[in-house]
Amino acid sequence: MQWFNIVLQGVLIGGLYAMFAAGLSLIFGVMRLVNIAHGDLIVLAAYVSLLVTQGMGVNPLVSLPLVVPIMALVGYGLQRGLLNRTLGDDLLPPLLVTFGLSIIIQNGLLELFTADSRRLHAGVIEIQAFELLQGVWIGVLPLVQFTIAVAVIAGLQMLFYRTELGRAFRATSDDQSMAQLTGLDTRHVFAVAMALSLAVIAIAGVFLAVRTNFDPAIGPGRLIFGFEAVIIGGLGSVWGTLAGGVILGVSQAVGAQIDPGWQLLAGHLVFLVILALRPQGLFPKVSG
Amino acid sequence: MREPALLEIKAIDVFYGDFQALFDVSLGIGTGQVIAVIGANGAGKSTLLKTVAGLMHPRRGEILFKGIPVTGAPAFAVVKHGIALVPEGRRLFRSLTVEENLLIGGQSRRPGPWSLARIYELFPGLAERRHLPAPALSGGQQQMAAIGRALMANPQLLLCDEISLGLAPIVARDIYARLPQIVAEGLSLIIVEQDIAQALRAASQVYCLQEGRVALKGPARELTRDAISAAYFGV
Amino acid sequence: MTRVEHATQSSRIGVALIAIALIVLALAPYWGDRQTLRLLAEIYTFVALASLWNLLAGYAGLVSVGQQAFVGLGGYLLFAFAILLGMHPIAAILVAGPIGALVAVPVAALIFRLRGAYFAIGTWVVAEVFRLLASQISVLGGGSGISLPAAVVVAMAPSRQMREFETYWLALALTIVVLGAIVGLLRSRHGLALTAIRDDEMAAESVGISVWRTKFIIYIITALGTAMIGALIFLQKLRISPDTAFSVNDWTAFIIFITVIGGIGRVEGPIVGTIIFFLLRQTLADLGSLYLMMMGAVAIVVMLWAPKGLWGLVAERFGWQALPLQRHLVLEKETVGKP
Repeated sequence: MQWFNIVLQGVLIGGLYAMFAAGLSLIFGVMRLVNIAHGDLIVLAAYVSLLVTQGMGVNPLVSLPLVVPIMALVGYGLQRGLLNRTLGDDLLPPLLVTFGLSIIIQNGLLELFTADSRRLHAGVIEIQAFELLQGVWIGVLPLVQFTIAVAVIAGLQMLFYRTELGRAFRATSDDQSMAQLTGLDTRHVFAVAMALSLAVIAIAGVFLAVRTNFDPAIGPGRLIFGFEAVIIGGLGSVWGTLAGGVILGVSQAVGAQIDPGWQLLAGHLVFLVILALRPQGLFPKVSG
Repeated sequence: MREPALLEIKAIDVFYGDFQALFDVSLGIGTGQVIAVIGANGAGKSTLLKTVAGLMHPRRGEILFKGIPVTGAPAFAVVKHGIALVPEGRRLFRSLTVEENLLIGGQSRRPGPWSLARIYELFPGLAERRHLPAPALSGGQQQMAAIGRALMANPQLLLCDEISLGLAPIVARDIYARLPQIVAEGLSLIIVEQDIAQALRAASQVYCLQEGRVALKGPARELTRDAISAAYFGV
Repeated sequence: MTRVEHATQSSRIGVALIAIALIVLALAPYWGDRQTLRLLAEIYTFVALASLWNLLAGYAGLVSVGQQAFVGLGGYLLFAFAILLGMHPIAAILVAGPIGALVAVPVAALIFRLRGAYFAIGTWVVAEVFRLLASQISVLGGGSGISLPAAVVVAMAPSRQMREFETYWLALALTIVVLGAIVGLLRSRHGLALTAIRDDEMAAESVGISVWRTKFIIYIITALGTAMIGALIFLQKLRISPDTAFSVNDWTAFIIFITVIGGIGRVEGPIVGTIIFFLLRQTLADLGSLYLMMMGAVAIVVMLWAPKGLWGLVAERFGWQALPLQRHLVLEKETVGKP
């Protein structure tokens, strides 16, 4: 039973990792850009939530309706103002510019908030739990987070395949200049995609803030979790990233149970094994 | 008495970096007119269409559409003015179905007679295959879908770049047979065509480009074979 | 008859200037104080690391944000050999290189399955794995690290001054070897293959260059050099810990900054970049994280508006090169009647 509990906890945190991954793979899918600052933006969202929570004296979960639009706007501006200039055939500019951005965000947060570890408290919901089966307890908050993660991923899937905006994303990703010929301002399309990615990041950041201690330096670690979830799940598959996140979460949970120092290593090792044995991921999208 | 020009291209020079592709090219087209642009490979035909569509910009000269200067306007803005391009090679969106390709053609929301229903009427083969992914279609059907996608933008000027390329002659003829229905709705067409006979049948006015210059222009019915050969090959 | 010439007028001047500079620097222990020697040695290691990163990213197109994996590996190999096997530190440094290369083989086999930016993050994951593994090795200090025992330090040379001199010359020598190897590689036909790959991978493949194998070899060679320099760095520091050994800031962020600002894809770039970096550091480092933010901002600006870096701008403008690396064909007249 204890192992079942552990696996369950791993599954639930996998939802959070899947959200880290979803934002990353959305951007890669639309514009072939990998945002090295992705994890730092998650941490930025956590700090924005901190400001809203403290400034308005509300529950961090209530800060979501403010944090999400703020981060979305940041994303739009970032893409339109900076990252659109890096798009093209050359690999170096987007990579190095987003790396520079990562350094700037981390150190900016360090200046503003110091390296102190923070945590946001969502009240009694944090400790509420219910007994699913005999001896198996699920925390209400982790379950809520997982459910929302699944909803976000389902929402993204629907957006991509059933809406006009999703059509615009897919067309722009296929053939940028042809998309322009149908009347799409691709600078705007890319910026909207980034805004959407940051909206997802905002949700993930708020959940992160409530779930664990955070400080300006933990960004790269979140990027790595998101990246590992994408690779494990398979490039191009939105539901694959959910599977990837869950597998990563479970691996870490099992690793931690064997030895606390092994939590992160276990996740990395599972990632490397999958990379070695099935590099296309577990549920890759078949077409290009 | 001259008809008011829908599109006026005035003495444009177009460059690819340092390489000049078009020299002092001028062209005019009126409402409901069909013009064919012919010439050997590399003569600058596609470059001309791309420039009108806004994918490229002339370094000198200007382009007026309905009297409004559109020189230098980006492609997505040119569509909104009422010019649509059916590009060389069709370039349907791979990740979209046939219907989605058509729908995205219409997302500039210009008012006009063209809709999904009308496109399916014009090309019944597309209606049958509307939910198939675009790459699953044959060459001819893809060409029809590409034309349909451009029509969904409700343009007043349709630019067709080599629509018979890679198609069996009977398929190409079938597509050309539908062009009159399109013109009947009030569209003007500029057709770039390798098949000279086809071009002369479809158009009322012909321009022949040779190494980036207009070597010959005139009514299709009046041009002799010799004159066209001379202009085409520059001999 | 044709032959390939590498030198130009500017490169002859450049080589002469470099030769003079090297003589002056080799004599530094006689004109510089201890602080100067340490600073110079640090500069050399950064030039070497940046040059290696430049070879990987600017020539082979492999952008790694995980080279700290090999810096730390080299450092830990030094400490392991010196402490556990009683090896002389200099011998340990020389052995660290080939072992680093050996480790790089399975690493490359894994991460070469990733492309582009995902490859970059993959290198970061590998560095993280190395860091976590290092913290598990209690005999080398585990998570808090370990200092080099006095016995090992003394084995290098009896007096502190001699040790400082030795370390300094070792740093200078290793850096010259690394740079020399890079220049030699670039002048060889492998270097030509690299330039072809950089320009157009598909075209390179079609003329018979094995792109994958060339990149693989470059990755291994870079790992070799990086591990040796890493060992040297931690010999100078006399102390190692997982966080310092595998620090992203020190061994990746600064290196990237140096190479981008100096000029990616040219051998002179990292040298110019290192000089600028250290000038900035001397004047601005008190600002702490503000300094890092500025660095990131400058790197972004340079990447967007001067992607060839400062040396790249100058070299293109004036057609200079400091080292003879160009290739031009020299046609020699055929003489009738000569054998």
